[in-house]
Amino acid sequence: MHPAFSVLIFTVTSGAGYGLITLLVLAQLAGLPALQDRTLLLSGTGLALAMITVGLLSSTLHLANPKNAWRAFARFRTSWLSREAVFAVLFYPVALLYLFGIFRQGAELNGFFTVCGALAAGLAMVTLFSTSMIYASLRTIRQWCTPLTPLNYLALGLMSGALWLTALQALLQDKLSPALQGTALGLVLLGTVAKLIYLFWIGKPAGATIRTATGFTQASVRLLDAGHSAGTFLTDEFGYNVAADKLLRLRFAMLGLAFLLPFLLLWQGPALAMLLAALLCMAGLLMERWLFFAEARHVVRLYHGAPRT
Amino acid sequence: MAKLGLVVDLDTCVGCHGCATACKQWNTSGTIGPLSDSDPYGRDPSGAWLNRIRTYEVGDTPNSKTVNMPMSCMHCEDAACVTVCPTGASYKRKEDGIVLVDQDKCMGCNLCSWACPYGARELDPQQGTMKKCTLCVDRIYDERLPEEERKPACVITCPTKSRVFGDFDDPDSEVSKLVRERGGQQLMPELGYNPVNTYLPPRNKKAVEVYEVKPSLGKTVKQWVNKVIAR
Repeated sequence: MHPAFSVLIFTVTSGAGYGLITLLVLAQLAGLPALQDRTLLLSGTGLALAMITVGLLSSTLHLANPKNAWRAFARFRTSWLSREAVFAVLFYPVALLYLFGIFRQGAELNGFFTVCGALAAGLAMVTLFSTSMIYASLRTIRQWCTPLTPLNYLALGLMSGALWLTALQALLQDKLSPALQGTALGLVLLGTVAKLIYLFWIGKPAGATIRTATGFTQASVRLLDAGHSAGTFLTDEFGYNVAADKLLRLRFAMLGLAFLLPFLLLWQGPALAMLLAALLCMAGLLMERWLFFAEARHVVRLYHGAPRT
Repeated sequence: MAKLGLVVDLDTCVGCHGCATACKQWNTSGTIGPLSDSDPYGRDPSGAWLNRIRTYEVGDTPNSKTVNMPMSCMHCEDAACVTVCPTGASYKRKEDGIVLVDQDKCMGCNLCSWACPYGARELDPQQGTMKKCTLCVDRIYDERLPEEERKPACVITCPTKSRVFGDFDDPDSEVSKLVRERGGQQLMPELGYNPVNTYLPPRNKKAVEVYEVKPSLGKTVKQWVNKVIAR
């Protein structure tokens, strides 16, 4: 699949934003001492909203006819993209009310604003899940059509959110909260395991082949002529090819940037290193999302001569 | 209630691309607006086509056959492209099963083209909306046309009559009979979209006779000598 840069930016930054606000609300509700701080809550919620907004705006850039984007709420009953749009919009009022509550009352929120925060955290996770289901519901792309896709999106969103929360806390309070640090370490481990399982799983041959695609299941089938002398929409969109050795190098770079380096910096770093960990993780997750697209092979490739997906 | 679609005969299709050209010609001034091209006479031409023909070699030489496979929208009974469409632009008509895109609603997110296993949907490079086969919905019901012309443009133009249009819900229609008699197949049935368009496999033909040539006595002796004497 052709990786559209606007979609990579969208899923990575809004994923981190949704993860950040979910963890922030949960930690505040759980009464974590470091989170009973108006400045940290304000800046964390503000940063999350900024990241989510930048991501959502970026997502509209890949539309070829954006003047009809407002219609995307119409098919809530069947389309995960429509559900994502609806939940993303429902998230804003409760998240903004929560922000307003912190602005007025600090960490000592009354019942109404607490409920708003809990709703914002829930809708954040539901939106992130809907985003992942856009990909996981496509039976045409076996590398996406798996429960591992939502698992990865949720785990990596929470992981990057935890890194941002730890970085903010360390910068604003000038000392690390062991609880946040431990949560972030745990989530980085969870993200690593989820990603490694995914990489192992997509390496196994499965799914449709050129034989089932053409109906000649008893014989070998080779493409003689694709029927066009230049690229088409189909070859541009689905025929994205990357050399195997480049993919392998990028996988190692992605694992190092998104997981290993942030883990080491979290483990043994000064407060300032937490910011570096969050930034490195975002760069690594951009590579991770690029690979998620580049390594996904659509079944239309079979008709263009690929023996299997 | 009808289930309109096409039968494509892989035995007789010669791969002339006539159906694709006729389709482009008819539909570029049809209900879904122009099928525009980008850089049509330049170095890297591209554009929206609703029908594409690919050619395959099936089997291994000498028992191989060249098969031309035209592909357009299969008007699936469980059309995933309609399920994933967020705007309601894609829809499947209840009365005849034709899958269409409302050009006034499409936002060009490409998700339907991702959901389609057959590459039937292509984004119009100028309009930014999704284009697909309409089964010539603006022809097949047009009562101003003579009855024999109320068929999709690709079917009318096919010089070898490899494309047949009809109602798959009617057991006595030509398409239903062809599917029964010739063992019609769906493409990639394992994805479960239940495509309506059906492909007739090539007929089994007698193998071309191959004559064994007996070597002459002199040649046989020469072969023995060659085997015995190491060079």
